[in-house]
Amino acid sequence: MSDDSNNTMSQEVPEHCPGTQSSQAGKSSACQGCPNQNICASGQANQPDPDIEVIKDHLKNIKYKILVLSGKGGVGKSTVCGQISYALAAQYESQNKQIGALDIDICGPSLPQVFGVQGEQVHQSGSGWSPIFVDENLSLMSIGFLLPSLEDAVIWRGPKKNGMIKQFLRDVDWEELEYLLVDTPPGTSDEHLSIVQYLKPAGLTGAIIVTTPQEVSLLDVRKEITFCKKVGVPIIGVVENMSGFACPKCKIESKIFPPSTGGAEKMCEEMNVTFLGKVPIDPLIGQCCDEGKSFVKEFPNSPASLAYKNIITKIEKYTELNGE
Amino acid sequence: MEVDDQKSNVKKVFLVLSGKGGVGKSSVTTQLAFALYEKGFKVGVLDVDLCGPSIPKMFNLENGIINQSETGWIPVYYDNEQRLGVISIGFLLNSKSDAVIWRGPKKNSMIKKFMTDICWGDLDYLLIDTPPGTSDEHLAVMENIKTSNYCNYSAILVTTPQNLSVNDVRREITFCRKVGIPITGIIENMSGFTCPHCKDCTYLFTKQGGKILADNSNCNFLGAIPIDPNLTQCIETGQEFLATLKDSPCYTNIKEVVDKIIE
Repeated sequence: MSDDSNNTMSQEVPEHCPGTQSSQAGKSSACQGCPNQNICASGQANQPDPDIEVIKDHLKNIKYKILVLSGKGGVGKSTVCGQISYALAAQYESQNKQIGALDIDICGPSLPQVFGVQGEQVHQSGSGWSPIFVDENLSLMSIGFLLPSLEDAVIWRGPKKNGMIKQFLRDVDWEELEYLLVDTPPGTSDEHLSIVQYLKPAGLTGAIIVTTPQEVSLLDVRKEITFCKKVGVPIIGVVENMSGFACPKCKIESKIFPPSTGGAEKMCEEMNVTFLGKVPIDPLIGQCCDEGKSFVKEFPNSPASLAYKNIITKIEKYTELNGE
Repeated sequence: MEVDDQKSNVKKVFLVLSGKGGVGKSSVTTQLAFALYEKGFKVGVLDVDLCGPSIPKMFNLENGIINQSETGWIPVYYDNEQRLGVISIGFLLNSKSDAVIWRGPKKNSMIKKFMTDICWGDLDYLLIDTPPGTSDEHLAVMENIKTSNYCNYSAILVTTPQNLSVNDVRREITFCRKVGIPITGIIENMSGFTCPHCKDCTYLFTKQGGKILADNSNCNFLGAIPIDPNLTQCIETGQEFLATLKDSPCYTNIKEVVDKIIE
Protein backbone atom coordinates (compact mmCIF):
# COMPACT_ATOMS: atom_id res chain seq x y z
CA MET A 1 0.00 0.00 0.00
CA SER A 2 2.45 2.65 1.08
CA ASP A 3 5.43 3.16 3.32
CA ASP A 4 5.24 4.17 6.94
CA SER A 5 7.71 6.23 8.90
CA ASN A 6 8.43 7.26 12.49
CA ASN A 7 10.34 10.09 14.05
CA THR A 8 13.74 8.40 13.96
CA MET A 9 13.73 7.66 10.27
CA SER A 10 15.42 9.73 7.57
CA GLN A 11 13.32 12.02 5.44
CA GLU A 12 14.13 10.43 2.06
CA VAL A 13 13.75 6.90 0.73
CA PRO A 14 14.97 5.15 -2.42
CA GLU A 15 12.80 5.24 -5.50
CA HIS A 16 11.82 1.56 -5.30
CA CYS A 17 11.42 1.36 -1.54
CA PRO A 18 9.37 -1.78 -0.85
CA GLY A 19 7.63 -0.06 2.08
CA THR A 20 8.50 -0.36 5.76
CA GLN A 21 5.63 -2.79 6.34
CA SER A 22 6.82 -5.14 3.60
CA SER A 23 8.50 -8.48 4.34
CA GLN A 24 11.32 -7.22 2.12
CA ALA A 25 11.84 -4.11 4.24
CA GLY A 26 15.57 -3.52 4.65
CA LYS A 27 16.38 -6.65 2.66
CA SER A 28 15.59 -5.85 -0.97
CA SER A 29 18.24 -4.62 -3.42
CA ALA A 30 16.54 -1.21 -3.50
CA CYS A 31 17.33 -0.84 0.21
CA GLN A 32 21.09 -0.69 -0.38
CA GLY A 33 22.36 2.69 0.66
CA CYS A 34 19.11 3.81 2.27
CA PRO A 35 19.84 5.46 5.64
CA ASN A 36 16.85 3.57 7.15
CA GLN A 37 18.02 0.13 6.03
CA ASN A 38 19.16 -1.09 9.46
CA ILE A 39 15.94 0.01 11.16
CA CYS A 40 13.79 -1.78 8.58
CA ALA A 41 15.93 -4.95 8.55
CA SER A 42 15.68 -5.23 12.33
CA GLY A 43 11.88 -5.27 12.13
CA GLN A 44 11.52 -2.26 14.42
CA ALA A 45 9.39 -0.39 11.91
CA ASN A 46 6.91 -3.21 11.66
CA GLN A 47 5.62 -3.49 15.24
CA PRO A 48 1.89 -2.84 15.79
CA ASP A 49 1.26 0.42 17.63
CA PRO A 50 -0.04 -0.21 21.17
CA ASP A 51 -2.02 3.03 20.96
CA ILE A 52 -4.39 1.38 18.49
CA GLU A 53 -5.99 -0.62 21.35
CA VAL A 54 -5.99 2.42 23.64
CA ILE A 55 -7.81 4.46 21.01
CA LYS A 56 -10.29 1.66 20.31
CA ASP A 57 -11.23 1.59 23.96
CA HIS A 58 -11.31 5.37 24.29
CA LEU A 59 -13.71 5.83 21.37
CA LYS A 60 -16.10 3.03 22.24
CA ASN A 61 -18.86 5.46 23.26
CA ILE A 62 -18.97 7.10 19.84
CA LYS A 63 -21.71 5.48 17.78
CA TYR A 64 -20.93 6.67 14.24
CA LYS A 65 -17.55 7.91 13.02
CA ILE A 66 -17.53 9.58 9.63
CA LEU A 67 -14.61 11.00 7.63
CA VAL A 68 -15.20 14.00 5.36
CA LEU A 69 -12.73 13.63 2.51
CA SER A 70 -11.96 15.07 -0.88
CA GLY A 71 -8.75 14.74 -2.81
CA LYS A 72 -9.16 18.30 -3.99
CA GLY A 73 -8.70 21.37 -1.87
CA GLY A 74 -11.25 24.11 -1.63
CA VAL A 75 -14.32 22.08 -2.59
CA GLY A 76 -15.98 22.75 0.75
CA LYS A 77 -15.00 19.87 3.05
CA SER A 78 -14.94 22.10 6.13
CA THR A 79 -18.05 23.97 5.05
CA VAL A 80 -19.98 20.74 4.39
CA CYS A 81 -18.58 19.08 7.56
CA GLY A 82 -19.54 22.15 9.58
CA GLN A 83 -23.04 22.53 8.19
CA ILE A 84 -23.79 18.80 8.52
CA SER A 85 -22.56 18.91 12.12
CA TYR A 86 -24.76 21.93 12.89
CA ALA A 87 -27.78 20.29 11.27
CA LEU A 88 -27.27 16.95 13.06
CA ALA A 89 -26.86 18.76 16.38
CA ALA A 90 -30.12 20.65 15.82
CA GLN A 91 -31.87 17.39 14.93
CA TYR A 92 -30.64 15.46 17.97
CA GLU A 93 -30.96 18.25 20.51
CA SER A 94 -34.34 17.15 21.77
CA GLN A 95 -33.04 13.61 22.30
CA ASN A 96 -30.08 14.99 24.31
CA LYS A 97 -27.65 13.36 21.92
CA GLN A 98 -24.20 14.82 21.30
CA ILE A 99 -22.40 15.52 18.03
CA GLY A 100 -18.63 15.95 17.80
CA ALA A 101 -16.37 17.37 15.10
CA LEU A 102 -12.65 16.69 14.82
CA ASP A 103 -10.46 18.85 12.60
CA ILE A 104 -7.32 16.99 11.51
CA ASP A 105 -6.23 19.57 8.96
CA ILE A 106 -3.05 20.39 10.85
CA CYS A 107 -1.71 23.01 8.41
CA GLY A 108 -4.99 24.74 7.62
CA PRO A 109 -7.49 24.21 10.46
CA SER A 110 -10.76 25.77 9.31
CA LEU A 111 -13.39 24.40 11.69
CA PRO A 112 -12.82 26.90 14.54
CA GLN A 113 -13.67 29.67 12.04
CA VAL A 114 -16.69 27.80 10.62
CA PHE A 115 -18.08 27.28 14.14
CA GLY A 116 -17.26 30.78 15.36
CA VAL A 117 -14.99 29.61 18.19
CA GLN A 118 -11.57 30.86 17.11
CA GLY A 119 -9.38 31.86 19.99
CA GLU A 120 -10.89 29.44 22.50
CA GLN A 121 -8.55 27.59 24.86
CA VAL A 122 -8.49 23.84 25.35
CA HIS A 123 -8.53 22.68 28.99
CA GLN A 124 -6.82 19.57 30.25
CA SER A 125 -8.17 17.50 33.07
CA GLY A 126 -7.56 14.03 34.51
CA SER A 127 -9.83 12.51 31.90
CA GLY A 128 -8.07 14.22 28.99
CA TRP A 129 -8.52 17.28 26.79
CA SER A 130 -11.94 18.86 26.83
CA PRO A 131 -13.32 19.68 23.40
CA ILE A 132 -14.68 23.17 22.82
CA PHE A 133 -18.45 23.44 22.95
CA VAL A 134 -20.04 25.28 20.03
CA ASP A 135 -23.61 24.61 21.16
CA GLU A 136 -25.18 22.60 23.97
CA ASN A 137 -24.75 19.35 22.08
CA LEU A 138 -22.02 20.19 19.56
CA SER A 139 -18.31 20.08 20.37
CA LEU A 140 -15.09 20.53 18.40
CA MET A 141 -11.39 19.75 18.63
CA SER A 142 -8.84 21.34 16.32
CA ILE A 143 -5.17 22.20 16.36
CA GLY A 144 -6.39 25.75 15.80
CA PHE A 145 -7.09 25.92 19.56
CA LEU A 146 -3.53 24.96 20.42
CA LEU A 147 -1.82 27.71 18.43
CA PRO A 148 -1.02 30.94 20.31
CA SER A 149 -1.92 33.20 17.40
CA LEU A 150 -3.81 33.23 14.11
CA GLU A 151 -0.56 33.81 12.23
CA ASP A 152 1.22 30.75 13.59
CA ALA A 153 2.17 28.33 10.87
CA VAL A 154 2.37 24.62 11.63
CA ILE A 155 5.41 23.60 9.63
CA TRP A 156 5.50 19.91 10.48
CA ARG A 157 6.54 16.89 8.50
CA GLY A 158 4.39 13.79 8.32
CA PRO A 159 5.51 11.99 11.51
CA LYS A 160 4.78 14.95 13.76
CA LYS A 161 1.36 15.49 12.17
CA ASN A 162 0.62 11.79 12.72
CA GLY A 163 1.56 12.17 16.39
CA MET A 164 -0.92 15.01 16.82
CA ILE A 165 -3.71 13.06 15.16
CA LYS A 166 -3.03 10.13 17.46
CA GLN A 167 -3.17 12.45 20.45
CA PHE A 168 -6.52 13.83 19.33
CA LEU A 169 -7.94 10.33 19.10
CA ARG A 170 -6.40 9.11 22.34
CA ASP A 171 -6.66 12.10 24.65
CA VAL A 172 -9.78 14.11 23.77
CA ASP A 173 -12.55 13.46 26.26
CA TRP A 174 -15.54 13.27 23.90
CA GLU A 175 -17.84 11.41 26.30
CA GLU A 176 -20.75 9.80 24.51
CA LEU A 177 -21.39 10.88 20.92
CA GLU A 178 -24.03 9.92 18.38
CA TYR A 179 -21.82 11.15 15.52
CA LEU A 180 -18.17 12.17 15.22
CA LEU A 181 -17.38 13.94 11.96
CA VAL A 182 -13.71 14.22 11.00
CA ASP A 183 -12.67 17.05 8.71
CA THR A 184 -9.51 16.27 6.73
CA PRO A 185 -7.03 18.20 4.60
CA PRO A 186 -7.02 17.61 0.84
CA GLY A 187 -4.91 14.74 -0.54
CA THR A 188 -4.13 11.12 0.12
CA SER A 189 -1.13 11.33 2.41
CA ASP A 190 0.08 11.11 6.00
CA GLU A 191 -3.01 12.49 7.71
CA HIS A 192 -5.34 10.23 5.75
CA LEU A 193 -3.26 7.11 6.27
CA SER A 194 -2.97 7.85 9.99
CA ILE A 195 -6.64 8.54 10.62
CA VAL A 196 -7.61 5.34 8.83
CA GLN A 197 -4.90 3.36 10.65
CA TYR A 198 -6.17 4.45 14.06
CA LEU A 199 -9.91 4.80 13.45
CA LYS A 200 -10.56 1.60 11.52
CA PRO A 201 -9.92 -0.74 14.47
CA ALA A 202 -12.21 1.50 16.56
CA GLY A 203 -15.00 1.19 13.98
CA LEU A 204 -15.09 3.61 11.06
CA THR A 205 -18.65 3.99 9.74
CA GLY A 206 -17.62 5.47 6.41
CA ALA A 207 -16.55 8.44 4.37
CA ILE A 208 -18.42 11.31 2.78
CA ILE A 209 -16.53 12.60 -0.21
CA VAL A 210 -16.99 16.20 -1.30
CA THR A 211 -16.35 17.52 -4.77
CA THR A 212 -17.27 20.39 -7.05
CA PRO A 213 -18.78 19.56 -10.46
CA GLN A 214 -15.80 20.17 -12.68
CA GLU A 215 -13.36 17.62 -14.05
CA VAL A 216 -10.37 19.34 -12.41
CA SER A 217 -11.93 18.36 -9.05
CA LEU A 218 -13.20 14.96 -10.13
CA LEU A 219 -9.65 14.06 -11.22
CA ASP A 220 -8.54 14.28 -7.61
CA VAL A 221 -11.74 12.87 -6.16
CA ARG A 222 -11.45 9.71 -8.24
CA LYS A 223 -8.06 9.20 -6.59
CA GLU A 224 -9.66 9.66 -3.19
CA ILE A 225 -12.27 7.00 -4.01
CA THR A 226 -9.44 4.69 -5.09
CA PHE A 227 -7.70 5.46 -1.77
CA CYS A 228 -10.84 4.54 0.20
CA LYS A 229 -11.26 1.29 -1.68
CA LYS A 230 -7.57 0.42 -1.21
CA VAL A 231 -7.54 1.04 2.53
CA GLY A 232 -10.99 -0.45 3.13
CA VAL A 233 -12.99 2.64 4.12
CA PRO A 234 -16.68 2.27 3.18
CA ILE A 235 -17.93 5.19 1.10
CA ILE A 236 -21.25 6.59 2.33
CA GLY A 237 -21.46 8.73 -0.77
CA VAL A 238 -20.38 11.81 -2.71
CA VAL A 239 -21.67 15.37 -2.28
CA GLU A 240 -21.43 17.73 -5.25
CA ASN A 241 -20.86 21.17 -3.73
CA MET A 242 -20.94 24.60 -5.47
CA SER A 243 -23.31 23.05 -8.00
CA GLY A 244 -24.58 26.05 -9.91
CA PHE A 245 -25.35 29.63 -8.95
CA ALA A 246 -28.65 31.44 -9.38
CA CYS A 247 -28.00 35.14 -9.94
CA PRO A 248 -29.88 37.01 -7.21
CA LYS A 249 -30.87 39.71 -9.69
CA CYS A 250 -32.07 37.90 -12.79
CA LYS A 251 -32.51 34.43 -11.24
CA ILE A 252 -30.87 32.71 -14.21
CA GLU A 253 -28.56 29.86 -13.21
CA SER A 254 -24.90 29.87 -14.24
CA LYS A 255 -22.68 26.83 -13.94
CA ILE A 256 -19.61 28.54 -12.58
CA PHE A 257 -17.79 25.25 -12.05
CA PRO A 258 -19.12 23.43 -15.10
CA PRO A 259 -19.77 19.67 -14.99
CA SER A 260 -18.07 19.22 -18.33
CA THR A 261 -17.68 15.47 -17.86
CA GLY A 262 -21.09 14.88 -16.27
CA GLY A 263 -20.26 16.08 -12.78
CA ALA A 264 -20.24 13.98 -9.63
CA GLU A 265 -23.38 12.05 -10.54
CA LYS A 266 -21.78 10.50 -13.61
CA MET A 267 -18.52 9.83 -11.76
CA CYS A 268 -20.49 8.01 -9.06
CA GLU A 269 -22.10 5.77 -11.69
CA GLU A 270 -18.72 5.01 -13.22
CA MET A 271 -17.06 4.24 -9.89
CA ASN A 272 -20.07 2.51 -8.33
CA VAL A 273 -20.50 4.81 -5.33
CA THR A 274 -23.66 6.51 -4.00
CA PHE A 275 -24.47 10.06 -5.07
CA LEU A 276 -25.73 11.94 -2.00
CA GLY A 277 -26.84 15.14 -3.70
CA LYS A 278 -25.98 18.61 -4.99
CA VAL A 279 -25.55 21.78 -2.94
CA PRO A 280 -25.78 25.05 -4.93
CA ILE A 281 -23.55 28.10 -4.38
CA ASP A 282 -25.14 30.60 -2.05
CA PRO A 283 -23.03 33.65 -1.10
CA LEU A 284 -24.70 33.51 2.32
CA ILE A 285 -22.94 30.21 3.04
CA GLY A 286 -19.55 31.88 2.72
CA GLN A 287 -20.80 34.72 4.86
CA CYS A 288 -22.03 32.33 7.56
CA CYS A 289 -18.66 30.58 7.58
CA ASP A 290 -16.93 33.93 7.93
CA GLU A 291 -19.23 34.81 10.83
CA GLY A 292 -19.12 31.35 12.41
CA LYS A 293 -22.86 30.72 12.12
CA SER A 294 -25.06 27.81 11.13
CA PHE A 295 -26.31 28.44 7.59
CA VAL A 296 -29.11 25.88 7.89
CA LYS A 297 -30.35 27.63 11.04
CA GLU A 298 -30.08 31.19 9.70
CA PHE A 299 -31.53 30.43 6.27
CA PRO A 300 -33.60 27.26 6.59
CA ASN A 301 -35.61 27.80 3.42
CA SER A 302 -32.74 28.43 1.08
CA PRO A 303 -32.29 25.79 -1.67
CA ALA A 304 -28.88 24.99 -0.20
CA SER A 305 -30.36 24.29 3.24
CA LEU A 306 -32.93 21.97 1.73
CA ALA A 307 -30.11 20.22 -0.12
CA TYR A 308 -28.22 19.72 3.16
CA LYS A 309 -31.32 18.30 4.81
CA ASN A 310 -31.78 15.76 2.03
CA ILE A 311 -28.15 14.75 2.30
CA ILE A 312 -28.45 14.24 6.04
CA THR A 313 -31.51 12.04 5.59
CA LYS A 314 -29.47 9.82 3.28
CA ILE A 315 -26.54 9.71 5.71
CA GLU A 316 -28.84 8.65 8.53
CA LYS A 317 -30.39 5.93 6.39
CA TYR A 318 -26.88 4.63 5.70
CA THR A 319 -25.82 4.66 9.33
CA GLU A 320 -28.99 2.90 10.45
CA LEU A 321 -28.56 0.17 7.87
CA ASN A 322 -24.81 -0.28 8.10
CA GLY A 323 -24.46 0.17 11.82
CA GLU A 324 -21.67 0.88 14.23
CA MET B 1 23.79 18.99 -4.62
CA GLU B 2 24.37 21.43 -7.44
CA VAL B 3 22.06 21.59 -10.43
CA ASP B 4 24.13 20.94 -13.53
CA ASP B 5 24.59 24.26 -15.29
CA GLN B 6 24.29 22.63 -18.70
CA LYS B 7 21.03 20.97 -17.69
CA SER B 8 19.22 24.02 -16.35
CA ASN B 9 19.87 27.72 -16.25
CA VAL B 10 16.91 29.35 -14.55
CA LYS B 11 16.96 33.12 -14.10
CA LYS B 12 14.04 33.46 -11.70
CA VAL B 13 11.82 31.07 -9.72
CA PHE B 14 8.33 31.92 -8.51
CA LEU B 15 6.78 29.59 -5.97
CA VAL B 16 2.99 29.78 -6.23
CA LEU B 17 1.75 29.10 -2.71
CA SER B 18 -1.40 29.32 -0.72
CA GLY B 19 -2.11 27.65 2.59
CA LYS B 20 -5.63 26.99 1.40
CA GLY B 21 -6.72 24.47 -1.16
CA GLY B 22 -8.91 25.28 -4.11
CA VAL B 23 -8.14 28.98 -4.35
CA GLY B 24 -6.80 28.60 -7.87
CA LYS B 25 -3.05 28.11 -7.44
CA SER B 26 -2.86 25.89 -10.53
CA SER B 27 -5.21 28.11 -12.58
CA VAL B 28 -3.25 31.22 -11.64
CA THR B 29 0.06 29.45 -12.32
CA THR B 30 -1.24 28.50 -15.77
CA GLN B 31 -2.45 32.03 -16.49
CA LEU B 32 0.85 33.55 -15.35
CA ALA B 33 2.78 31.01 -17.46
CA PHE B 34 0.79 31.86 -20.58
CA ALA B 35 1.01 35.61 -19.98
CA LEU B 36 4.80 35.37 -19.62
CA TYR B 37 4.98 33.12 -22.68
CA GLU B 38 3.00 35.67 -24.70
CA LYS B 39 5.54 38.31 -23.71
CA GLY B 40 8.22 36.20 -25.37
CA PHE B 41 9.84 34.65 -22.30
CA LYS B 42 10.99 31.04 -21.89
CA VAL B 43 8.87 29.53 -19.15
CA GLY B 44 8.92 26.29 -17.16
CA VAL B 45 6.10 25.01 -14.96
CA LEU B 46 6.90 22.51 -12.22
CA ASP B 47 3.91 20.86 -10.52
CA VAL B 48 4.91 19.48 -7.11
CA ASP B 49 1.36 18.63 -6.04
CA LEU B 50 1.92 14.87 -5.95
CA CYS B 51 -1.54 13.88 -4.65
CA GLY B 52 -3.58 16.20 -6.84
CA PRO B 53 -1.63 17.16 -9.98
CA SER B 54 -3.82 19.58 -11.93
CA ILE B 55 -1.26 21.13 -14.28
CA PRO B 56 -1.22 18.59 -17.16
CA LYS B 57 -4.96 19.04 -17.70
CA MET B 58 -4.72 22.82 -17.68
CA PHE B 59 -2.08 22.80 -20.40
CA ASN B 60 -4.02 20.19 -22.39
CA LEU B 61 -1.04 17.84 -22.05
CA GLU B 62 -2.74 14.97 -20.26
CA ASN B 63 -1.21 12.36 -22.52
CA GLY B 64 2.25 13.85 -22.20
CA ILE B 65 5.19 11.56 -21.48
CA ILE B 66 8.39 12.60 -19.73
CA ASN B 67 11.35 11.39 -21.75
CA GLN B 68 14.69 10.59 -20.19
CA SER B 69 18.05 11.68 -21.51
CA GLU B 70 21.53 10.90 -20.21
CA THR B 71 21.57 14.03 -18.11
CA GLY B 72 18.03 13.97 -16.83
CA TRP B 73 14.32 14.20 -17.55
CA ILE B 74 13.03 16.26 -20.46
CA PRO B 75 9.96 18.46 -19.82
CA VAL B 76 6.79 17.99 -21.81
CA TYR B 77 6.52 20.97 -24.12
CA TYR B 78 3.33 22.87 -24.86
CA ASP B 79 4.71 24.40 -28.05
CA ASN B 80 6.92 23.41 -30.96
CA GLU B 81 9.44 26.15 -30.20
CA GLN B 82 9.89 24.56 -26.76
CA ARG B 83 9.47 27.85 -24.95
CA LEU B 84 6.90 26.49 -22.46
CA GLY B 85 7.80 23.23 -20.69
CA VAL B 86 5.91 21.36 -18.01
CA ILE B 87 6.81 18.70 -15.41
CA SER B 88 4.24 16.93 -13.24
CA ILE B 89 3.76 13.57 -11.56
CA GLY B 90 0.56 13.48 -13.60
CA PHE B 91 2.69 12.44 -16.56
CA LEU B 92 3.96 9.39 -14.67
CA LEU B 93 0.58 7.93 -13.70
CA ASN B 94 -0.99 5.20 -15.83
CA SER B 95 -4.57 6.24 -15.33
CA LYS B 96 -6.43 9.21 -13.95
CA SER B 97 -7.81 7.15 -11.07
CA ASP B 98 -4.34 6.15 -9.89
CA ALA B 99 -3.79 7.54 -6.43
CA VAL B 100 -0.36 8.55 -5.09
CA ILE B 101 -0.67 7.36 -1.51
CA TRP B 102 2.73 8.29 -0.16
CA ARG B 103 3.95 9.49 3.20
CA GLY B 104 6.40 12.37 3.51
CA PRO B 105 9.77 10.70 2.84
CA LYS B 106 8.72 9.21 -0.48
CA LYS B 107 7.20 12.54 -1.53
CA ASN B 108 10.45 14.27 -0.60
CA SER B 109 12.44 11.92 -2.85
CA MET B 110 10.24 12.62 -5.84
CA ILE B 111 10.39 16.36 -5.28
CA LYS B 112 14.18 16.21 -5.06
CA LYS B 113 14.21 14.48 -8.42
CA PHE B 114 11.89 17.10 -9.89
CA MET B 115 14.05 19.90 -8.56
CA THR B 116 17.43 18.51 -9.59
CA ASP B 117 17.04 16.07 -12.49
CA ILE B 118 15.07 18.08 -15.06
CA CYS B 119 16.79 19.41 -18.19
CA TRP B 120 15.06 22.77 -18.40
CA GLY B 121 17.77 24.39 -20.53
CA ASP B 122 17.73 28.18 -20.41
CA LEU B 123 14.64 29.51 -18.67
CA ASP B 124 13.62 33.07 -17.90
CA TYR B 125 11.00 31.96 -15.38
CA LEU B 126 10.26 28.75 -13.54
CA LEU B 127 6.83 28.66 -11.87
CA ILE B 128 6.45 26.04 -9.15
CA ASP B 129 2.83 25.06 -8.45
CA THR B 130 2.46 23.65 -4.94
CA PRO B 131 -0.20 21.75 -2.99
CA PRO B 132 -2.00 23.56 -0.16
CA GLY B 133 -0.39 23.57 3.28
CA THR B 134 2.96 24.11 4.94
CA SER B 135 4.36 20.61 5.11
CA ASP B 136 6.65 18.04 3.55
CA GLU B 137 6.35 19.20 -0.05
CA HIS B 138 7.02 22.82 0.82
CA LEU B 139 9.97 21.99 3.04
CA ALA B 140 11.36 19.68 0.36
CA VAL B 141 11.10 22.43 -2.27
CA MET B 142 12.86 24.90 0.01
CA GLU B 143 15.66 22.49 0.90
CA ASN B 144 16.31 21.74 -2.73
CA ILE B 145 16.14 25.38 -3.78
CA LYS B 146 18.74 26.28 -1.18
CA THR B 147 21.15 23.53 -2.18
CA SER B 148 20.76 24.03 -5.92
CA ASN B 149 21.69 26.92 -8.17
CA TYR B 150 18.19 28.43 -8.15
CA CYS B 151 19.49 31.67 -6.65
CA ASN B 152 16.70 34.07 -7.46
CA TYR B 153 13.40 32.91 -5.95
CA SER B 154 10.34 34.36 -4.32
CA ALA B 155 6.74 33.50 -3.49
CA ILE B 156 3.45 34.55 -5.02
CA LEU B 157 0.58 33.84 -2.65
CA VAL B 158 -2.94 33.14 -3.89
CA THR B 159 -6.07 33.60 -1.81
CA THR B 160 -9.80 33.98 -2.30
CA PRO B 161 -11.51 36.86 -0.51
CA GLN B 162 -13.14 35.06 2.43
CA ASN B 163 -11.83 34.50 5.97
CA LEU B 164 -11.50 30.73 5.62
CA SER B 165 -8.94 31.32 2.90
CA VAL B 166 -7.25 34.39 4.34
CA ASN B 167 -6.72 32.55 7.66
CA ASP B 168 -4.67 29.86 5.96
CA VAL B 169 -2.76 32.23 3.72
CA ARG B 170 -1.79 34.30 6.75
CA ARG B 171 -0.07 31.14 8.06
CA GLU B 172 1.61 30.65 4.70
CA ILE B 173 3.08 34.16 5.01
CA THR B 174 4.52 33.12 8.38
CA PHE B 175 5.94 29.98 6.75
CA CYS B 176 7.63 32.05 4.04
CA ARG B 177 9.17 34.41 6.56
CA LYS B 178 10.33 31.54 8.79
CA VAL B 179 12.06 29.60 6.03
CA GLY B 180 13.40 32.69 4.26
CA ILE B 181 11.35 32.97 1.06
CA PRO B 182 10.88 36.59 -0.04
CA ILE B 183 7.26 37.37 -0.89
CA THR B 184 6.64 39.08 -4.22
CA GLY B 185 2.99 39.61 -3.35
CA ILE B 186 -0.57 38.38 -2.95
CA ILE B 187 -3.14 37.70 -5.66
CA GLU B 188 -6.84 37.61 -4.77
CA ASN B 189 -8.57 35.09 -7.02
CA MET B 190 -12.33 34.45 -7.55
CA SER B 191 -12.85 38.11 -6.83
CA GLY B 192 -16.39 38.65 -8.01
CA PHE B 193 -18.63 36.96 -10.55
CA THR B 194 -20.30 38.95 -13.31
CA CYS B 195 -23.52 37.28 -14.40
CA PRO B 196 -23.21 36.73 -18.17
CA HIS B 197 -26.93 37.38 -18.57
CA CYS B 198 -27.57 40.60 -16.68
CA LYS B 199 -24.00 41.77 -15.92
CA ASP B 200 -24.78 42.15 -12.22
CA CYS B 201 -21.69 41.42 -10.13
CA THR B 202 -21.96 39.16 -7.09
CA TYR B 203 -19.15 38.52 -4.62
CA LEU B 204 -19.66 34.81 -4.15
CA PHE B 205 -16.91 34.39 -1.60
CA THR B 206 -17.23 37.76 0.19
CA LYS B 207 -14.82 40.49 -0.86
CA GLN B 208 -11.57 42.36 -0.34
CA GLY B 209 -10.03 39.77 1.98
CA GLY B 210 -6.88 39.52 -0.14
CA LYS B 211 -6.26 43.26 -0.23
CA ILE B 212 -6.82 43.60 3.51
CA LEU B 213 -4.47 40.69 4.21
CA ALA B 214 -1.78 42.27 2.03
CA ASP B 215 -2.12 45.58 3.87
CA ASN B 216 -2.11 43.96 7.31
CA SER B 217 0.89 41.76 6.65
CA ASN B 218 2.99 44.30 4.81
CA CYS B 219 2.96 42.45 1.49
CA ASN B 220 2.39 43.81 -1.99
CA PHE B 221 -1.09 43.36 -3.38
CA LEU B 222 -0.54 42.15 -6.95
CA GLY B 223 -4.18 42.26 -8.05
CA ALA B 224 -7.65 40.75 -8.00
CA ILE B 225 -8.77 38.23 -10.63
CA PRO B 226 -12.51 37.74 -11.23
CA ILE B 227 -14.36 34.46 -11.88
CA ASP B 228 -14.81 33.80 -15.59
CA PRO B 229 -16.94 30.71 -16.28
CA ASN B 230 -15.60 30.61 -19.85
CA LEU B 231 -12.08 30.22 -18.56
CA THR B 232 -13.19 27.61 -16.02
CA GLN B 233 -14.95 25.73 -18.81
CA CYS B 234 -11.80 25.94 -20.86
CA ILE B 235 -9.65 24.50 -18.06
CA GLU B 236 -12.13 21.66 -18.06
CA THR B 237 -11.91 20.79 -21.68
CA GLY B 238 -8.26 21.76 -21.99
CA GLN B 239 -9.07 23.40 -25.29
CA GLU B 240 -7.76 26.70 -26.49
CA PHE B 241 -6.82 27.97 -23.06
CA LEU B 242 -4.53 30.63 -24.44
CA ALA B 243 -7.09 31.95 -26.92
CA THR B 244 -9.86 31.95 -24.30
CA LEU B 245 -7.58 33.62 -21.78
CA LYS B 246 -6.84 36.44 -24.20
CA ASP B 247 -10.58 37.11 -24.59
CA SER B 248 -11.29 36.84 -20.89
CA PRO B 249 -11.80 39.68 -18.40
CA CYS B 250 -9.13 37.87 -16.37
CA TYR B 251 -6.45 38.60 -18.96
CA THR B 252 -6.15 42.32 -18.20
CA ASN B 253 -5.72 41.53 -14.52
CA ILE B 254 -3.17 38.78 -15.13
CA LYS B 255 -1.14 40.98 -17.46
CA GLU B 256 -1.05 43.68 -14.79
CA VAL B 257 0.19 41.11 -12.28
CA VAL B 258 2.88 39.96 -14.71
CA ASP B 259 4.02 43.56 -15.27
CA LYS B 260 4.45 43.92 -11.53
CA ILE B 261 6.34 40.65 -11.02
CA ILE B 262 8.83 41.10 -13.84
CA GLU B 263 9.90 44.54 -12.62
